[in-house]
Parts: sequence; C-alpha cells; structure tokens
Amino acid sequence: MKENDSNPNWQSLANESGSSLIEKAMEKFVFLISLTTILFVLLIFVFIARESLPIFLGTVERSIVREPIPVNALTTTPPEELMAYLDLSADEFQSMEKETLELLLEVKLEELAQAPIGTDATIQTTRWRYLLLPFQWSGYDAPAFIWQPISQIRKYNIVPLLIGSLKTSLIALLFAVPIAIGAAIYVSQLAPMRIREWIKPMIEMMAGIPSVVLGFFALIVMATTLQETFGYQSRLNALVAGIALGLAVIPVIFSIAEDALTSVPQSFSHAALALGSSRWQTASSVVLPAALPGIFAAVVLGFGRAIGETMIVLMATGNASIVSWSLLDSTRTITATIAAELAETVFGGEHYRILFVLGTILFGVTFLANLVGDVVIHRLKRRLEGKIA
Amino acid sequence: MAFATAIILAFAAVILSNILWQGWEAFSWRFITSRADQNMFDSQQAGVLQMIAGTSARVVLMTIFVMPIGVITAIYLTEYARKDSLLTNLIQSAVNNLAGVPSIVFGLFGLGFFVNFIGGNLDLILRPEQAAPYWRNPALIWASLTLAVMTLPVVIVSTEEALKAIPPGLREASMALGATRLETVIRIVIPQALPGIMTGGVLAVGRAAGEVAPILFTGAAYYMSGYPSHLTDQFMDLGYHIFILSTQSPDIEGTRSILYATVITLLLLTFTLNLLTILMRARIRTKLRTFH
Repeated sequence: MKENDSNPNWQSLANESGSSLIEKAMEKFVFLISLTTILFVLLIFVFIARESLPIFLGTVERSIVREPIPVNALTTTPPEELMAYLDLSADEFQSMEKETLELLLEVKLEELAQAPIGTDATIQTTRWRYLLLPFQWSGYDAPAFIWQPISQIRKYNIVPLLIGSLKTSLIALLFAVPIAIGAAIYVSQLAPMRIREWIKPMIEMMAGIPSVVLGFFALIVMATTLQETFGYQSRLNALVAGIALGLAVIPVIFSIAEDALTSVPQSFSHAALALGSSRWQTASSVVLPAALPGIFAAVVLGFGRAIGETMIVLMATGNASIVSWSLLDSTRTITATIAAELAETVFGGEHYRILFVLGTILFGVTFLANLVGDVVIHRLKRRLEGKIA
Repeated sequence: MAFATAIILAFAAVILSNILWQGWEAFSWRFITSRADQNMFDSQQAGVLQMIAGTSARVVLMTIFVMPIGVITAIYLTEYARKDSLLTNLIQSAVNNLAGVPSIVFGLFGLGFFVNFIGGNLDLILRPEQAAPYWRNPALIWASLTLAVMTLPVVIVSTEEALKAIPPGLREASMALGATRLETVIRIVIPQALPGIMTGGVLAVGRAAGEVAPILFTGAAYYMSGYPSHLTDQFMDLGYHIFILSTQSPDIEGTRSILYATVITLLLLTFTLNLLTILMRARIRTKLRTFH
C-alpha cells in the first residue's frame, strides 16, 4: 500500500511515453471532467446564496400596508407595479387573462380592507433584527421569538428553529456517541476476528436503513411506546426524534472512530502488550489516546450528519416552533421547516427567500463541521504514519 | 464495550422484527404488482407498483448520469493527478465536502439550479412562444440529476479504492511493453477495477433509493394515476409514499397495514442492494489477496 501513497514509479514511466494527439486530448478531457466536483460545490453555494441574498442585503421591501389599486385602473397601471402589488412573477403575470387579473385585484382590495392596522403592519419583518432578536408584537405580554410565516403579520424569527435543530442534534449525539465509540473500541481492539467480520457488515447494513424508515419507526412505534412508558404530555417531541436521529448517526460515528482506532500502528499495542498490560489496558491507555483526534472528528462529523438530517425530524419532532430547551416539548428544526414549507411558498417571495437563508445557514454549519473533521483526520493519519511530529 | 455493540444490534433487531411482524400480512405478491388506482389509502386495493416504477426510474437515470463522471474523476485522481498538488487537494476536499452536504440542501439546490435555472432557460430557448412552463417543473430528470450530484462522492471514493487496489506492477508491465498511459488505463486498469467500480454503482443506488429529502421539490408526486413516461413527468416514490402514509393518512389505523408493507418493500430494495455491495467487496478482497 505504501508505494501508492507517494508518487508511484509507473507515473514517471508514463510521462516519457506516448504523446499522441488523442492521448493528450483524452488527458485534458479526463482532467476537465474531474473538475465537476469543484464546480458543483461552488454551484450549490452560489445557487443557495443567490436566492437568499436579498434577505442578507436587506433589500426585500414588501410592507403589507400599501396604496390600494382600484380594479378599473388595471390598464393604466404599469405592469411592474401590478406584479409587485399582486405578488406575481413575470411568467405568471404573462400567462394570466385580463379577467383573472381583475379578479385578483378585487381579492386584493378585500384583503387590504381587512388588513390589520396598528404598528405591526408597518414592520419589515424580514430585517435581521426581526429574524434574530425577540420582539414584542401587539397582543403579546413580553418580547418573544416567533416563527409564524403563514399569518397576516408574517413573523420569521429563526431562533426557535436554531434551538430545535441544536436540541435534537445534541440529544442524538448524547445517545449515539457512547454507544458508537464503545462499539468501535470493542470491534477494533477487543473482539475476536470472527465476531469482527460479522459485526462490521451488520452495522454497515444499519447505515443502509433509509432515514424515512427510521422516521416512520419513531413516529409510529417509538413515540407511542415511550409515551406509554413515561407518561409525558406531547407524544412527538425532541427526545423521540433525538433517539431516532441517534440511530441514524451511530453508523457514521462508528465507522469513522473504528477507522481511526485501526489506523493506530500495531507496534503501539504490541509494545504495550509486551510490557504486560491486558488487552483492555492497551485499548484504553495506549490505542484510545493515540486515536483521540479521530474520535473527536467522528463526533464532529456525526454532528454534521445529525443537524442536516431531514426526514426523521420532520416526522418525529411534532414540528411546533417553541423556544424551549425541554427534552419533552415538541420542537421544529431548520431542515424540517424547509421540507415542510418550501412547496407552499411563492417563488421568489420573502418566505421562499427566508427558507433559502435557512439552507445557507445549514450549508455553512455542515461545511464547517466537515472541514474540521477532515482536517483532524488527515493530520492524525499523517502523525500516525510518522510524517509529522 | 461489547455491551455497546449489543445495544446497536438490539436496536437493529427490534426495528426490523417490528416491521416484519406487523407488515408481513399485508405484504404480498399482489401488493407489489398492483397499482394504487382509485384510492391509495384503501388497504384492500392498495399497491405499490407505481412507486416501485418511479423509484427505479429515478435511480436508473441517476446511475446513467453519475457513473461516467464519477469514474472519470476517480481515474484522474489515481492515474493522472500529481499527488499533493494544490488542485488535486482541492478536488479531494470538494469530494469530501459534497459527501457532507445535507440531503435537504441538495433538494434546495435541485430546485434553484436544475428546475428553475436550467429548466427555466430550456423553456426560454426551446419553447419561447409558450407561456406555461414545460421544463421548469419538478420532473423525473431533475430529481435524477439532483441525486446524481448527491451520490457523486460515493462513486468517486469507491472507484478510487478499486483503482488503488490494482498492483502497480500491472501498470508498469503494460507500459514496459510500450503501451501509452491511455491504453494502460483502458486495457488494463479499467477491466481490472470493473468489479470495484460496479460495487460503487450499486452502493450509490442503495444510498439514493431511500432518499426522500432531495426529491421533495424536484420531482416526487403525491399521487399519479399512471407511470412516468417522459423525462419531464413527475413520479411516485416508495420513500415519499411512506412519508405520506405515516403523516397524511386520513385513517392511520386503517392504513397501518399498507404503510408497513410499503416499508418492507423499500427495505427489501435497499437491503438487497447493500447486501450485494458487501458480498461484491468480500469477493474482490479475497481475489486481491491471492493477487499479492
């Protein structure tokens, strides 16, 4: 294996041979194709950031208090103004008959007549201040974090969703980390060869359970069983979702931790065993400390996987956007919010853009988690190979 | 430590036995070969043939998109790229990064890029006179492309593994006989790595078959009477159907049996694929052992 890591000698062999036109063209072609991965990472970032940019820049200006446009002014008003007034995209606007537009204007007039008056109606709810800080809306006793995108005054405070995502991910990690690391130590250090060859494929199979199936199991079976056993109030809550999420994360943490533990050179454990320590002593005081950065990376990558998981939390959290750190309250995560609400939003509207803001945040968080995890693993492997001190 | 391992296996056993126990009765040949025609919530007549067709169609299309790009990238990385150059590292970290992007973000990307951007521009170019969007709709092709981007790292990583496992001596021998690098890649490296490359493909299909989040906005349909017949059709999907049956059923007790049977169908599909990769890998490993 060693010879593959540094520049293999057949590569230098090849550099001198064959330089026909086809050869060169193919080499360029292969090279260009391999850039696709970089291209797609950039495209993902660009296209998600692009849709959320107006929110970041604060250029979404759409107050619900507006000058009404009377129905008979349809022909005299410029199209741009009508499109903004009726929340229509250019395509939609073009595809509509005159009668449809008149009908829409009438509906809009009625809507405006019933629009709430008071201080709330004039607020630009997509400003950062309202996305992140508590605000005392009229009718509330105290400032609060409210996510209520479908209401007359659309409230987009993302704090309840951030808390929901963090809460379920942390529960998942609390549940998954001890089990996955324990199993990794057992399989890589203590178990006999025969058992090892059985358990690894079985955990790989577990990684193959689709998340929608785990979500289904949490929703239909676990939620009811846990509620009957412990008798708490809301059937779907952060705990149920967290445990199901933990089941999805266990194979991830297990395989990375197991890989880190196995990459500790055998000479380490041989030396410890030769000095008379038991298998368990060797594992816990020689191999585990040497692989510790890898274990840390496994936890970080597990966190990235947990916070990005969608179907399990969409089905098992109950999806109530409450600010609460209680494990037994229903909760709503970033991913579930995107999944549940995007289909109903107006393309290019403020709700649509806020959901892309959530996507950008999610992309950023998982990007960081992956970066940290990969760097740590890379450094660990190099150190264990003796390349850096 | 053995205890922790036992907990994991116990959880897996509980989940699988519960699903098999409750779903076995409703799971029948009739169930997987008939369509949910009138009412998909009717436990007497329900079938999953449309969903099997939709899920199969999207993974087959995805495989067609992802395999060439994934395999060629892996060939570049192992056969051509200079190790530890900046660009190689950049491609490697892009692969790692892509593997960690949450599936719902792929869904957003699929909607923003494939459906709205590519689809919207296709409408402008190919059908400039029609106002109603044709390409710019959730569709089979957009869902497959989104899944292809998602599974790209799976294919790249396993193909790389397969290529690295080929003894360098084979390449040296080929070049010593006067073969060019391209000839060596096509005649020696790819045939030798073929089982490993196929394993990567099956692994990607297994991963994609159960994914729901990326196809929520890019092509999955709540209900369709027939099968998808065009690239621009929407499709019904096994995983999405499980989601619908568990959260939007009008009578959760009444539809419980078909829900469980649908879960069994999806699990059978993904487990068969996973088992296949595990077996293929084991075979490759024993073959390589005799090689060295």
